[in-house]
Amino acid sequence: MTDSQDSKPRRRFLQTLAVVPASTLAAGAALKTSQAETLTNAPPAGAAYAPTYFDKAEWAFIQAAVDHLIPADDLGPGALVAGVPEFIDRQMETPYGHGKLWYMQGPFHPGVDPTYGWQISLVPREVYRHGIADCNAYCQKQHGKAFVDLDKAAQEQVLKDMEAGKPQFANVASKTFFGQLLGNTKEGFLSDPQYGGNKHMVGWKMIGFTGARGDFVGWPEKGNVKYPYGPVSISGEKA
Amino acid sequence: MASIKKDKVDVVLVGFGWTGAIMGQELTNDGLKVVALERGGPRDTPTDAEYPKVLDELAYSVRGKLFQDLSKETVTIRHSVEEVAVPYRQNGSFLLGNGVGGAGFHWNGMHYRNLPEELQLYTRTVERYGKKFIPKDMMLQDHGVSYDDLEPHYDFFEKVCGTSGKAGNIDGKIVPGGNPLEGRRSSEFPLPPLQQTYAQELFEKASKEAGFHPFPAPADNASAPYTNPYGVRLGPCNYCGYCENYGCFMYSKASPQTTILPVLLKKPNFELRTHSYVTRVNVDKSGKMATGVTYIDAQGNEVEQPADLVILTAFQVHNTRLMLLSGIGKPYDPATGEGVVGKNLAYQMNGGTRIVMPKGNYFNPFEGTGAGVWAFDDMNADQFDHAPYGFIGGAVIRQATTGGRPIKQAAPMPGSPNWGSGWKAGMVDAYQRTFGFGMSGSVMAYRDAYISLDPTYKDSHGLPLARMTFDWHDNEFKMLAHMGQAAEKVAQAMKPEKYYVSVRKPGSHWDTRVYQSTHLTGGTIMGADPKTSVLNRYLQSWDVPNLFVMGASTFPYNMGYNPTGLLGALAYWSVKAIREQYMKNQGRPLVQA
Repeated sequence: MTDSQDSKPRRRFLQTLAVVPASTLAAGAALKTSQAETLTNAPPAGAAYAPTYFDKAEWAFIQAAVDHLIPADDLGPGALVAGVPEFIDRQMETPYGHGKLWYMQGPFHPGVDPTYGWQISLVPREVYRHGIADCNAYCQKQHGKAFVDLDKAAQEQVLKDMEAGKPQFANVASKTFFGQLLGNTKEGFLSDPQYGGNKHMVGWKMIGFTGARGDFVGWPEKGNVKYPYGPVSISGEKA
Repeated sequence: MASIKKDKVDVVLVGFGWTGAIMGQELTNDGLKVVALERGGPRDTPTDAEYPKVLDELAYSVRGKLFQDLSKETVTIRHSVEEVAVPYRQNGSFLLGNGVGGAGFHWNGMHYRNLPEELQLYTRTVERYGKKFIPKDMMLQDHGVSYDDLEPHYDFFEKVCGTSGKAGNIDGKIVPGGNPLEGRRSSEFPLPPLQQTYAQELFEKASKEAGFHPFPAPADNASAPYTNPYGVRLGPCNYCGYCENYGCFMYSKASPQTTILPVLLKKPNFELRTHSYVTRVNVDKSGKMATGVTYIDAQGNEVEQPADLVILTAFQVHNTRLMLLSGIGKPYDPATGEGVVGKNLAYQMNGGTRIVMPKGNYFNPFEGTGAGVWAFDDMNADQFDHAPYGFIGGAVIRQATTGGRPIKQAAPMPGSPNWGSGWKAGMVDAYQRTFGFGMSGSVMAYRDAYISLDPTYKDSHGLPLARMTFDWHDNEFKMLAHMGQAAEKVAQAMKPEKYYVSVRKPGSHWDTRVYQSTHLTGGTIMGADPKTSVLNRYLQSWDVPNLFVMGASTFPYNMGYNPTGLLGALAYWSVKAIREQYMKNQGRPLVQA
């Protein structure tokens, strides 16, 4: 009883502390983002993040690949400014990354009809480890260079080929790896910023999603009227 | 055997979602000692639906925070009896619930009654089209109850949930503003309809122009504050756009937590035990009387809970699996057509329409409710003459604006690339000026669609997984093609810039990767004859009379509508029979075989 009475005000105090610096950061970040919209070659916001799961070469691969999947362009920042590489790296350390959300008992029948879904024994972090190594081996064989050392056009072509499942990879199907990478890239671009991606809600702002606003009383019946307010994040950041 | 044996109780409930809450609430009124066993953990609004933490698409919709932990237990699936079934390893086509409230905690809130003919579809089909109209491999049979039997219970369940809607037929009189095709209602909905979205405004107008009869569909998202007959209060929905996959932070979506549990959990003769995984229903030496259930508790102990009355109130596939694991009733064999437990596994076949309106249209998809839908029934069930078309069943065609969540609910303009600047442009262009409406179609029961125990794959306790053998049949392909034509008329009447109608290609297989519907039905079906059903019309086991089974596992086939209205009404129908008839003659069948 006394415990819960004590802990309430303390929690409220901690929340207040946490909110102030976050919103200060938000104001500064909004500036940075609008600069990034004009300077597409601005250093990626995620550059300072040190990956936990990926090694140096893998990290370079992720950065190069996601920059193609969601590039910075006239419509705004891309995956790099949004922090998608950080999002993916952090996901690798979650139960999801370890495949703990899935039924992973064998026997495995990877050759069944694709409509049966995931039937391989690899979990997401293994798909990345094998997929990046396999892709680099493929690029070495085709072009004599690792993926990150190819020019942009060649990188783009490799990704297109992987999407179509053309390259034969040794440890994971190229199409499977590409699907994993693209899926996580979009998740990182469009999920709440607390997970490391969608920094300053750049993904939400791009499409016009309102995030965790969560209150539209009176709006549906207005008919064809564009909702005028931008998104808010779960932490309270506004844009 | 069991390391712990508990004191005997009057009633044990297996599973604690909608039907468990209903049974618990009603049976405790008579002073019975009731224990509910729930495999998952506790769940409530302040702890599992707190604003703003709950508005997290990645955690809830993508990673599935509230769903059954598939790593511990899933099902296996095969399209035909010749194939080896493989596990449903990741969430896709359907999303199994878990924890207190079950899927009732994270559903949309679509709360339909059946169209009257749907409960007697075999009789109706034979009368209207002749026996030959039914395909050879289709196992069509009546529910064994009529719409009039269930009407008072449909009515009461709506009052419990504070359903928002507009009646179209009160006591046989057609009332403007509602669904003129619905069955007779004894009263108006508890709450008026939710606000209409812009997409729904267009849908309503176009449907009328195309000759259909659109109506605001019944929604368990409260349009105004409401106090239900149990004295539990719901708050008004604020259109936050996070219903399905989420708990409701506004206390607006009817769930066991927001309608029944605040009263039930306080009763001294009721006990809820969470993290209690029931592994079998125990029977006496005769095999004709249940003695209770055995479960594994949170500490891994095996516990025996004796009870006079056992009621399975879990999800469809879990009820069926438990019957098979317990050896109660004869398992269905598709080779001989004999046996009943597991038979008539059915699903829903859905189609979609995507409308692209000119620039300058703003659909604000994030202003959403799970169930505030505009729909029409002209193409549903047997509301039109099927004779020229050669199929049975139909679909409810409807516009739902449930949210604009960007990972799972937003799609780029059709034809856009999957990535790159083209994908970005397609997402930006499509988000505000496109919307969809759907066709939710019925699926009949077939000789080769059923649930059995998997011979290979096990759950985390070493028990066999349920195996689903299911694929689409020609009747449903024909049905959906016809629905697609109706939907196209509506799409054209909207005068869109472009529209796309998608229906399933004949011969295509059930794709378990893509979310379609969690409305799985059958496995422990109700009926009039013990040779063709597991339960009698009161949902009482033909084999073990002190065992009852609730939920969509009791449906002999699946309708186009969402199942919750029917399964709630059936639970109230059954519990009335238990209280008024069964308890006076315990252990005796309510229907003579």
